[in-house]
Amino acid sequence: MPMELTQSRMQKIWIPIDHRPSLPRRRYRACGPQLTNSPTVIVMVGLPARGKTYMSKKLTRYLNWIGVPTKVFNVGEYRREVVKEFSSYSFFHPDNEEAMKVRKQCALAALRDVQLYLKEEGGQIAVFDATNTTKERRDMVLDFAKENDFKVFFIESVCDDPSVVASNIMEVKLSSPDYRDCSSAEAMEDFMKRIDCYQVNYQPLDPDNHDRDLSLIKVLDVGRRFLVNRVQDYIQSRIVYYLMNIHVQPRTIYLCRHGESEYNVLGRIGGDSGLSIRGKKFSVALCKFLEEQNLKDLKIWTSQLKRTIQTAEALKLPYEQWKALNEIDAGVCEEMTYEEIKETYPEEYALRDQDKYYYRYPTGESYQDLVQRLEPVIMELERQENVLVICHQAVMRCLLAYFLDKSADEMPYLKCPLHTVLKLTPVAYGCRVESIYLNVEAVNTHRERSEEAKKGPNPLMRRNSVTPLASPEPTKKPRINSFEEHTASTSTSLPSCLPREVPTQPLLGKACLT
Amino acid sequence: MASPRELTQNPLKKIWMPYSNGRPAQHACPRGVCVTNCPTLIVMVGLPARGKTYISKKLTRYLNWIGVPTREFNVGQYRRDLVKTYRSFEFFLPDNEEGLKIRKQCAEAALRDVRRFLSEEGGHVAVFDATNTTRERRETIFKFGEENGYKTFFVESVCVDPDVIAANIVQVKLGSPDYIDCGNDEATEDFMNRIECYKNSYETLDENLDKDLSYIKIMDVGRSYLVNRVMDHIQSRIVYYLMNIHVTPRSIYLCRHGESELNLKGRIGGDTGLSPRGKEFAKSLAQFINDQNIKDLKVWTSQMKRTIQTAEALGVPYEQWKVLNEIDAGVCEEMTYEEIQEHHPLEFALRDQDKYRYRYPKGESYEDLVQRLEPVIMELERQENVLVICHQAVMRCLLAYFLDKTAEQLPYLKCPLHTVLKLTPVAYGCKLESIFLNVEAVNTHRDRPENVDISRPPEEALVTVPAHQ
Repeated sequence: MPMELTQSRMQKIWIPIDHRPSLPRRRYRACGPQLTNSPTVIVMVGLPARGKTYMSKKLTRYLNWIGVPTKVFNVGEYRREVVKEFSSYSFFHPDNEEAMKVRKQCALAALRDVQLYLKEEGGQIAVFDATNTTKERRDMVLDFAKENDFKVFFIESVCDDPSVVASNIMEVKLSSPDYRDCSSAEAMEDFMKRIDCYQVNYQPLDPDNHDRDLSLIKVLDVGRRFLVNRVQDYIQSRIVYYLMNIHVQPRTIYLCRHGESEYNVLGRIGGDSGLSIRGKKFSVALCKFLEEQNLKDLKIWTSQLKRTIQTAEALKLPYEQWKALNEIDAGVCEEMTYEEIKETYPEEYALRDQDKYYYRYPTGESYQDLVQRLEPVIMELERQENVLVICHQAVMRCLLAYFLDKSADEMPYLKCPLHTVLKLTPVAYGCRVESIYLNVEAVNTHRERSEEAKKGPNPLMRRNSVTPLASPEPTKKPRINSFEEHTASTSTSLPSCLPREVPTQPLLGKACLT
Repeated sequence: MASPRELTQNPLKKIWMPYSNGRPAQHACPRGVCVTNCPTLIVMVGLPARGKTYISKKLTRYLNWIGVPTREFNVGQYRRDLVKTYRSFEFFLPDNEEGLKIRKQCAEAALRDVRRFLSEEGGHVAVFDATNTTRERRETIFKFGEENGYKTFFVESVCVDPDVIAANIVQVKLGSPDYIDCGNDEATEDFMNRIECYKNSYETLDENLDKDLSYIKIMDVGRSYLVNRVMDHIQSRIVYYLMNIHVTPRSIYLCRHGESELNLKGRIGGDTGLSPRGKEFAKSLAQFINDQNIKDLKVWTSQMKRTIQTAEALGVPYEQWKVLNEIDAGVCEEMTYEEIQEHHPLEFALRDQDKYRYRYPKGESYEDLVQRLEPVIMELERQENVLVICHQAVMRCLLAYFLDKTAEQLPYLKCPLHTVLKLTPVAYGCKLESIFLNVEAVNTHRDRPENVDISRPPEEALVTVPAHQ
């Protein structure tokens, strides 16, 4: 047994020299275990306006960010493709046989795409987003999964609070393509009748009897209460933990970097230097900015590096230091300038430009490692309400990629300039982002993609199993109007109506990030 | 426009803190683990033999390991201290006035100790382990919590499977001090009668009557869970932990990589390969694993060459975890202890003063390691048979979790090279077997020297350094 190993150049992973087929036997993971071998179908269950699509999209965003390829299959969108003009709630009436046929066809079409995604397109998890309110429909999905050797996990949302339902309708239904030509009042009335159509035949999941053997979570009253049955594996356990930590309280997350540091001015990466004069000015400006924001109970988090703490000190408010928020460890390149790196480690310099997400500095970290390290920060951000995170360039890019559903490819190139605060507000199915420059000059630390990198990653580079993806586009998109196309790259998570009312916001986001 | 306060870096933990008048001002809090400002009172609920004490002890062990000061208060233990000899189940009959009085006194004594722990001794979480099967008793405890500013979280275990209950009785009740002079059959019969005493007045946590309480109901040893009103971070972590543990018998094997080239030279850290003896060990490990005949063994390594080389010899699939990498010694990487003493004598002394909290400059501390390893522990709880091939400091952290060692003991646990530790859960704890695989290796264990003063002479600092090339 030779035990001879070689270290992969990009990811610095030790692998055996003899050319045994590598991937099936070895998994490289920063933390978190082996992905389940069987793909999983997550089946949403619940009456309309219970937050199924909200949970589907949010969960999908989270799973993709931690590197589990996940996609949502929304049956309503399949229906909109087939039935060009939505007439009224009567389409959903249980006696409408023609419509029932169409709706079943759409579900089957979506399941066919699920099968394709999980078997042939490298998907690991498919979220089947529909009401699935009858035992019959759920049995059909269970049979489908059994035939294909997929695991099934049900997520049911139960909510009888009329104010919650009304508020959901306002937030995401009135602006649906179905109600494009209606007034708000008309739309609300029709939608309530639509819900009634489902209510008659609704058979909730019954884990005490009929559904004893199913793996499921019942979310009651927007997360007040949960019933969990037969969690089968690691990923289901993570999904349950995530669902139990998210909430829908309105709140704002502020992300910014430390003020300009001494090393920033010198063009040196990493290290643990203090703020420059301008950096200190920024902290004072940040303090004033926060006062103007007039926030209730703001939590402030920093890393354990001097420059973020100095910045927080100027705010004269309590703050918590997280080691997990420290800047990416550049290993042997710590405290060097890019010129010095190019001269001393030309191969490393080139490798990083080729594949900045997977590239790990020798004895240091990669963006991929950062994502693993930051996962507990994301989980706690989900639990919290108003938070300001004062961190670093690479760290901020990772966090931003989570909130804005950016892929591994885009993440290392997101623009996070010094002295600029990004204000994130959850809205509808996504996140509104505002960029606020606090008017204190600073050096630019952003390096664009090199010409080399633009050619795309070397296909021979072996991948680690953790690859954040932006959540894939829904397979069947609603009719696209010209405005949506223009802002397509930032608006995958924004509802179609929003740009019309507030035209500048997505553009601001786009300008700031690409 | 005042400029920010000056910062100073605490020499032990390397945490930046503001200072005024030359003294650190305690203003920022370094986040080890998110702790709630209010202490938390966990209240167990359930009939006897439903795993309450098992859960209490395990949860307490976990919380202490992640740095949340936790203690359990077992009312049965208070009763045993008060009533010196246990006679029979009749003590627990609902109409036994004398018995009821004593049991109430014990509960009150335990709550007084809870208050002392949480309000005076710096405890963060207290686990009140008793049956607490009536709503009335639970209301009393809840009020106690409110009066003292504690958040209360109930953990109920419900199980009707007679096999599970019988197995629990065999595992932990027959060996109880209560039954020290009884035969097994006698003890079992008495215990079953004891359970009956509680059944009539048992009021399970109810969906409506208890809808404003924070609780988790565990059904059938974890087949399903009902979670209500989780209030904060620590409750969310507790729920996650309880949902990941299981009771299926299994074994966890911990060992280090085979002896490495740097081990031979007495150098710490780095990323070298195995020495010839290290390779011998790898082969012996393969043989050992084979002989153990383990069902579905998972093998985990770090991402450092020496653990991977060791795993390669086993000829089975393995997973690499970056978080299993050895503690980062920062500026001291690849040095010998002699060199550290020469170039960083202050650091060397600080480390001896508080080895758990000491962070290498630009490196890590044991405290950092524990944070980093928490997902490994969580996944170990989910898994069944696992072999973890790791490193000295990492192995000490994992071992401390399984054997409930304190932060003071942890950095000095003995984890020699070429020795496999086999851990098997039994009753309320873990059976430990140590198997030396008969391949010689250097000793890398450095005991705490007597003199930890920063002004100590080098010989006194180096007196416990093990021999090396």
